[in-house]
Amino acid sequence: MRRKTKLPGGVEEQTGRSWPRNVVAMMMRMKARMSLLRGREEEQPIRRKEAKPRTVMRRTVMWGKERRERREEGRKERRRKKKRRPRVRRTPLNSLTVVYAGFDSVCPFLPSSSDSNSNSSEEEESMSEGEMARLMEEVEEKKKLIANIRNKPWRMQRRLKLLKEAQEFVDKFEGALGKGKGRKWYAYKVMMTKKWIKFQRDFENFRTACIPWERKIKEVESHFGSSVASYFIFLRWMYGMNLVLFGFTFGLVVIPEVLMGLPYGSIPRKTVPRAEQDTAQDYSVLMDFNGYCKYSVLFYGYYNDQRTVGVLKFRLPLSYLMVGIGTFGYSLMLVIRTMAKNADVGGGDGEDSDFTFAWKMFTSWDYLIGNAETADNKYASITTSFKESIVDEQENQKDENIHLRRFLRVLANFLITCSLGGSGYLIYFVVKRSQEFATRDDLSWYEKNEMEIVMSLLGLVCPPLFETIAELEDYHPRIALKWQLGRIFALFLGNLYTFLFALFDEVNTKLEEEQSIKNASIWAMKEYYANYSRLMNDSEATPPPMDPADVIRGPCWETAVGIEFVKLTVSDIQVSYLTILIGDFARAVIVRFLNYCWCWDLEAGFPSYGEFDISGNVLGLVFNQGMIWMGAFYAPGLVGINVLRLLSSMYYQCWAVMATNVPHERVFKASKSNNFYMGLLLLVLFLSLLPVVYTIMTLPPSFDCGPFSGKDKMFDIIMETIDLDLPAFMGTLFSYAANPGLIIPAVLLMVLAIYYLNSVSEAYQNSNMELKKKMKMARDEEKNRRNNADTTNQVMKDLEDLLPNRSLIPPAPPEPEKPPEQEPKPKPTKTKPGTAGKGVNLQKDVALASSNPNARGPVSRPPGPRGPGPGPGAGPGRGRGRGPPPR
Amino acid sequence: MILHRCVIVSILCKFRLHLKGFVIMFSAIKPSIQSICFSHAVFLSLQDCTFFTRKEILRLHGRYHELAPHLVPMDYTNEPDCKIPLALIVNMPELKENPFRNRIVESFSEDGMGNLSFNEFVDMFSVLSEMAPRELKAIYAFKIYDFNVDNYLCKEDLEKTLNKLTKEELTPEEVELVCEKTIEEADLDGDHKLSFADFENMISRAPDFLSTFHIRI
Repeated sequence: MRRKTKLPGGVEEQTGRSWPRNVVAMMMRMKARMSLLRGREEEQPIRRKEAKPRTVMRRTVMWGKERRERREEGRKERRRKKKRRPRVRRTPLNSLTVVYAGFDSVCPFLPSSSDSNSNSSEEEESMSEGEMARLMEEVEEKKKLIANIRNKPWRMQRRLKLLKEAQEFVDKFEGALGKGKGRKWYAYKVMMTKKWIKFQRDFENFRTACIPWERKIKEVESHFGSSVASYFIFLRWMYGMNLVLFGFTFGLVVIPEVLMGLPYGSIPRKTVPRAEQDTAQDYSVLMDFNGYCKYSVLFYGYYNDQRTVGVLKFRLPLSYLMVGIGTFGYSLMLVIRTMAKNADVGGGDGEDSDFTFAWKMFTSWDYLIGNAETADNKYASITTSFKESIVDEQENQKDENIHLRRFLRVLANFLITCSLGGSGYLIYFVVKRSQEFATRDDLSWYEKNEMEIVMSLLGLVCPPLFETIAELEDYHPRIALKWQLGRIFALFLGNLYTFLFALFDEVNTKLEEEQSIKNASIWAMKEYYANYSRLMNDSEATPPPMDPADVIRGPCWETAVGIEFVKLTVSDIQVSYLTILIGDFARAVIVRFLNYCWCWDLEAGFPSYGEFDISGNVLGLVFNQGMIWMGAFYAPGLVGINVLRLLSSMYYQCWAVMATNVPHERVFKASKSNNFYMGLLLLVLFLSLLPVVYTIMTLPPSFDCGPFSGKDKMFDIIMETIDLDLPAFMGTLFSYAANPGLIIPAVLLMVLAIYYLNSVSEAYQNSNMELKKKMKMARDEEKNRRNNADTTNQVMKDLEDLLPNRSLIPPAPPEPEKPPEQEPKPKPTKTKPGTAGKGVNLQKDVALASSNPNARGPVSRPPGPRGPGPGPGAGPGRGRGRGPPPR
Repeated sequence: MILHRCVIVSILCKFRLHLKGFVIMFSAIKPSIQSICFSHAVFLSLQDCTFFTRKEILRLHGRYHELAPHLVPMDYTNEPDCKIPLALIVNMPELKENPFRNRIVESFSEDGMGNLSFNEFVDMFSVLSEMAPRELKAIYAFKIYDFNVDNYLCKEDLEKTLNKLTKEELTPEEVELVCEKTIEEADLDGDHKLSFADFENMISRAPDFLSTFHIRI
């Protein structure tokens, strides 16, 4: 109970006080009943004002006079309270839908105690532990309700009302919880939670306000369905990622070098050589990223190898390496996280064919469609798909010509492999030739740009070729899209890697060349000083430093690689934009306006309008990103170019798709293909990581350009930092960590962990499969039981099995027959329901019977021919309640 | 004492947030709809009850106002009681092409006739938004496909659904077949109509349900 009546001195006082309080409380209750929604705060002061003087008065007047009487009275009161208590207790536990009035009328106890206890510590005890806990529970419940109210399928009006009530309740009572010291803490906690929620919401508001192009994508989506929109969402995601990469690269590498590094023209690597100075500003040279571009902050070679720059002692070379590696780290993390999130969202797998028709019926309409033409296409495609499945239904095995189809598919794959190989060879050939050309000067424009042109042409020609070949295969468009993506991906990848290998050849020749140049350069320097002292006849005088433009330099293979990548990216941008302009826009203009004076209907007939090429665009994006990842280390400016490209292409492609393209003929949904894109991206990321890491780890950096010049290997910069900047014990720590004795166990441990996690996930998968199987079985069983529930089915069946003509059937021993019967148990559900009228019914009954221990009998029936008609033994009980097959 | 202080502080906070809310509102809205006014509390409760952020609610209100400028007042501070009839709502570009547009609006209206107040309007798009959970969507999908509002999807409902989906291009036999098959597939309790339990069981495994039962506003 909430008063401790045992206290010797407290009894009188208590009763004395509790009496008026109860009276007042009763009065208040009456009041509260009348004014239901009046705030609690109004009532409290009145009550307290009334209560205090009366207690005092009573105490003074009645002191020791009529103790017994009052004690009795008090007891009565307590009893009365006891009687009332259950109400107090029960009401908070009732559900929230309790009439508010009833609740309010009982409440006066609680806040009164809570309110006045800030004055007297004694009254704090007035709420017992249990009540407190209950109240706490209730408050928690209400809070949960507030958090989840949006998930409740109620009318908005009701939701708002309940929300308001719950909030009021929480506001009123959560301050009353906790006691003594805990109360302050509790109040503080509550306040902080409120603020935190508030902050989260504001942040969420801010975040959604920051997501760009929401309306644009929505517009595209409503015109072209979700598959096209998925490309734009992917593009936006890519833009976000590149923006972060851009921030890193520019914030930590480019801008420090520009602001704090040596200015242009101060040292050889930052100066255009004398020989090139005449042409360094020509447009054609600049477009090839030579001349001033080559000796700018865009490329690796420009960066100085000073350990620190500026007053801040910013370690630029270290930061360069870290950003180069961090780019990959960040991208990997982001891609994997996004993939995991997507995988989490993607609900059940669509492979179950249990609900072919039901799913078609209820989920085939894409509610996003808001464009008449798309809607028409969608109607048509839904109708077709229904008809297709009806046909499938009617003749379940329509693949009578499976051999032809197989042959065609093999043929298609063969052709595609051939063309892939051909394109790979072509690129290799072209790259080799370009190396030959590199030594010559009299080159035509074509010869100079041969490689880019060939690569772009391959990218233009091959995908449509693949698409044409893929028509042989006759897949569902969604599967066809994946195949197409995979093939173009292989093409791009093959091209990229051929390109890379050729580039490595070039790098190796440059490295050899560099060795000789290095010697020549040193020799020239010596010569210069010697000449100088000879000319001046004064060996003491320090000669003025050689003009940086005259110093002999090495080929700087890193910058060369960077230039290749930048050129490739830029030509890729040009080609893709031109393709859109010519292939889509010009085509659309011609079709639209020439249609007035043409012999046939251009819009409906041959050229027609273009469709948005999802696979090509996605892969273009992925491939482009791969080049950025690879090239960013050698050309920090590449990230900036890419950000510009993505930004412009968002607007440009949005415009192009809305203005010139028509929706796909077979509108299909992009179900989870987003993760497919991500998978491609991950693969590309990994593949582009390899060459970069290889060069960082193995190739020696150029001796006279770039942040790592003078080192044996690029990663030596880390060793240097550890040795020079970190305290000595860190160095020893690292040397221990790099000890093979430690690394090998670590690798082993990781392998073990991977193995363990793998087996765990396999086990989960297995149990998942088991559960699925069980669910399926339960479902079938349930269905059959319900279907036949109207008859005395089991008994009938058992009787049926005992019929004499059963035994006349060739004796099929029940024991060996069981496994084959149980094996194909999934079969009845796998063949689409109602494959052939009653055949399914029979099979399902068998499945039911065998899963039922009482009815093992039917298994003895020969499993062989199970024609569409019911066998002679099939009684009237079979398939009841389903009606005849509607034909 | 500390409690009082907390109360005061929180009141102050609230007041400040009020101010902030208005400032944000006025700076965020385009001048054309600047006069839309919500009290902060309405915002909060709407955000609690739906999956929308402040910006989206404002945008929704803009759309709502656009539908019937003469019916809907700009000023929403004291939550006027007004409703927009179904005929106007189904003409929104988001719904115009939807074969189930009338059902959608009807099932979200309190009176069942398709007159939506602003709260119901927000509710509708909240359920159809991306963030709404599958269970919630399933409930409303069931309501939408339940043409004759008897809490079961019977054959009649399915036929209507199918005819709307295919623009009545299937022959009656085909329709019959498809409906039969649908019921056979999804009906667990053998009463030849789909109860909500059947429907949920079926839709919870549909791979495309979440991505298709979704309207971006």
